[in-house]
Amino acid sequence: MDGGKNAGTRMKLVVVGNGMAGVRVLEELLKLSPDLYDITVFGAEPHPNYNRILLSPVLAGEQKLEDIILNDLEWYRANGINLHLGKTVNRIDRIARVVEATDGTREPYDRLLIATGSDPFILPIPGNNLPGTLTYRDIHDTERMIEATGKHREAVVIGGGLLGLEAANGLALRGMKVTVVHLMPWLMERQLDKSAADMLQKSLEAKGLAFRLSAQTESILAGDDGHVRGVRLKDGTELPAQLVVMAVGIRPNTKLAESAGLHCSRGIVVNDTLQTFDPRIYAVGECVSHRGTAYGLVAPLFEMAKVCANHLAQMGIGRYPGSRVSTKLKVTGVDLFSAGDFSGGEGTEDIVLADPGAGIYKRLVIKDDKLAGAVLYGDTVDGAWYFKLLRDGTSVGPIRDRLMFGESNLGDTGHQGQARAASMADSAEVCGCNGVCKGTIVKAIKDKGLFTLEDVRKHTKASGSCGSCTGLVEQILMFTAGGDYSTAPKKKAMCGCTDRTHQDVRDAIRDNHLLTIPAVHAHMEWRTPNGCASCRPALNYYLLSTWPREAKDDPQSRFINERSHANIQKDGTYSVVPRMWGGETNASELRRIANVVEKYNIPTVKVTGGQRLDLLGVKKEDLQAVWKDLDMPSGHAYAKALRTVKTCVGSEWCRFGTQDSTKMGQELERALWRMYAPHKVKLAVSGCPRNCAESGIKDVGVIGVESGWEIYVAGNGGIKTEVAQFFCKVKTHDEVLEYSGAFLQLYREEGWYLERTVHYIARVGLDHAKKKVVEDAANRKALWERLQFALDGEPDPWHEPQKAGVDLRQFEPLGA
Amino acid sequence: MSLDGSARRFIPVAKLEDIPKLGARRYCRDDGKVIAVFRTESDSVFALADACPHKGGPLSQGIVFGESVACPLHNWCISLASGEATAPDEGRVERFDVRIVDGMVELAP
Repeated sequence: MDGGKNAGTRMKLVVVGNGMAGVRVLEELLKLSPDLYDITVFGAEPHPNYNRILLSPVLAGEQKLEDIILNDLEWYRANGINLHLGKTVNRIDRIARVVEATDGTREPYDRLLIATGSDPFILPIPGNNLPGTLTYRDIHDTERMIEATGKHREAVVIGGGLLGLEAANGLALRGMKVTVVHLMPWLMERQLDKSAADMLQKSLEAKGLAFRLSAQTESILAGDDGHVRGVRLKDGTELPAQLVVMAVGIRPNTKLAESAGLHCSRGIVVNDTLQTFDPRIYAVGECVSHRGTAYGLVAPLFEMAKVCANHLAQMGIGRYPGSRVSTKLKVTGVDLFSAGDFSGGEGTEDIVLADPGAGIYKRLVIKDDKLAGAVLYGDTVDGAWYFKLLRDGTSVGPIRDRLMFGESNLGDTGHQGQARAASMADSAEVCGCNGVCKGTIVKAIKDKGLFTLEDVRKHTKASGSCGSCTGLVEQILMFTAGGDYSTAPKKKAMCGCTDRTHQDVRDAIRDNHLLTIPAVHAHMEWRTPNGCASCRPALNYYLLSTWPREAKDDPQSRFINERSHANIQKDGTYSVVPRMWGGETNASELRRIANVVEKYNIPTVKVTGGQRLDLLGVKKEDLQAVWKDLDMPSGHAYAKALRTVKTCVGSEWCRFGTQDSTKMGQELERALWRMYAPHKVKLAVSGCPRNCAESGIKDVGVIGVESGWEIYVAGNGGIKTEVAQFFCKVKTHDEVLEYSGAFLQLYREEGWYLERTVHYIARVGLDHAKKKVVEDAANRKALWERLQFALDGEPDPWHEPQKAGVDLRQFEPLGA
Repeated sequence: MSLDGSARRFIPVAKLEDIPKLGARRYCRDDGKVIAVFRTESDSVFALADACPHKGGPLSQGIVFGESVACPLHNWCISLASGEATAPDEGRVERFDVRIVDGMVELAP
């Protein structure tokens, strides 16, 4: 390796362990700070880094070894990594800061990363080291098992956990007669309750596996040739076997760390930054004990890697708070999912659905109105969704009666749940926005070794636009990558420029009175000089909504629609939608619109869903003149702002109308227009419960009744159709204005950028909004006043462009 | 890019301050081709054909950050210096020579 231009002056990072955890840290580190270290990696196995969780499909003959390589030798070369394969490090000299391998290789370090993984637990019974007795941990074990299937007929697998069952299944598929010996009364007792385990056992028996439950192995028996010939159980039974696989658990490999005097307690003890008791030494993966827990799945390990890399890159932000894990058995034809705590006990409630005939069993455990655990057998299509509810601690009260039936039963007209990810054809379209079919996603996951939703988005574009297929893509990821893939952590960073969440940023802007984007960047240690196209518009909104009339708008941090005050179309032209208060117009406005359409050769005029007219195909150079000739207010159809207030004709004309909905709608629209928000905002007012204005699917929907007005909030007619929830009932027009306005101001102050009211309310809970707006009159008035303060004097960008800060140069090409 | 001698002739197209920081202006060539001229935070200038390699979106209308621009149609990220799309997207847009002389932006269209 050439070492690059800074060779010699760079710090030395040595990684002991060439597995998924250690290499994942390097991948993250190289992304953050590629030139900081000279990197050396020691791997005890003679292979480059491979995907250990896919050993089961290799054993089952469904994949080949080369399919599961994650980083080939070329990757190490290209990144200038000095790789020692087949060398075991057996000594760390912490004073001299040198590691030494058994063959005498020595490497000095400034920072050391220990990722030695775990060792299989070996039962302390007679015969545990006989030829033909294996554990199931790495490629070497897998190869020896495959070899044995060619020579022998009978196998015993000791251990009916995840790994044991996958091993048994693989051996059976390769033609062996397999018996699983399990100490506990049912299989996978740490992940399954008895009902699910019984169903699992039945379907595995149908595949030809035999089971001995509540059975303890006493010894492993040798034949005359010294090779294994069987196992003897405590009750005296002897099971013939020429291959015995022990899969009774793993223990963190702490030998090296202990010999170096690092504090270990059932794992190398690390803090939330993955640092051991020696500050120069970090540790990640299955070898560590974090807050008393050692993990054996891949998702936590990736979360650790991210944090560890951040600290190795000397950025010093990010903490690892521990993980919640879910499990999926990788046995083809068996659908099984388990997450969280389902042991039951006081204060928990069970929802159970059992259909043994159809081979379906589902159990959801609810504690304190939240999902605490889930066991799914036979139909795991909603596993990812339940896991998300569980991880996020979402309150499930409002959806409890439908919870069991899955996400697709929550009024979703999108793609989720329409097809089961597993049974979908490869040619079936998953992402309707970007035209990505299942086969493309599966291929990308396999070929490129993708583990996260974010990676799949980047490589395939699936779920990258409207996001309605996110659940389905997660399911495909789960089925393809084996279930224990890395899901998005609960605290999701705003974008790649920072590790801070939307909430962190909102809080910092308010608490520190930050007024400009560079100030936020400096205060929150942004990694990029000007952020990116994703975080800048969010920051600009947060500044303006938190400090109205103080923070200055930055047009260059707005999406083009809000910079040019028109909606960009696929051919680079724009659409123009003038405002028609409450959807009402008149002859003079219609005449002006007609004239403009003819004068500027506007190709298409379309009635919108929000009761106005859309002029499509306007050239950018013509925009200013079109606005001027129309002489109507901006409809803000292009902005994350108040769009329309849809109305029915109401009591003025309608024989059923109980209230003057058109007038109420116009009052609302005049009070709220020019109001920017985290996302677009749509209102409707209906004059009677027949609800012709479709108030039930609006951010704020108002319905007139004989005795006053009912206000509904957080409805949505878009990607995910959601019925608005009842908020309160009021008597007068002024009250409708105040309650609606206060609710929207709360959303403006607390919502995350691009979060619709439905998602905002799902996050904070309807009770929170009711407490702040309906129950607390003083707070409601304060919110309403803050909204009016923000809107007072807000210009119409079409007619006061200077005041609105519109850069007029954009409408004129250079060199014309 | 055609390099038949005349193509490398620089012509002044704007004062530097006429292009917004972290923004762009459009230059229309006689043959109808549109070139986007970008200005970064640190006052470097770059010029690219005003058409994203993905679906032809006008890059001049995108959000500029660092030395990249995000296409306004589908958010592809294009490097201002090379015209290359950021991986894993693949594609490249034609780039043009551009320089600053005495505060004037000169383009070789």
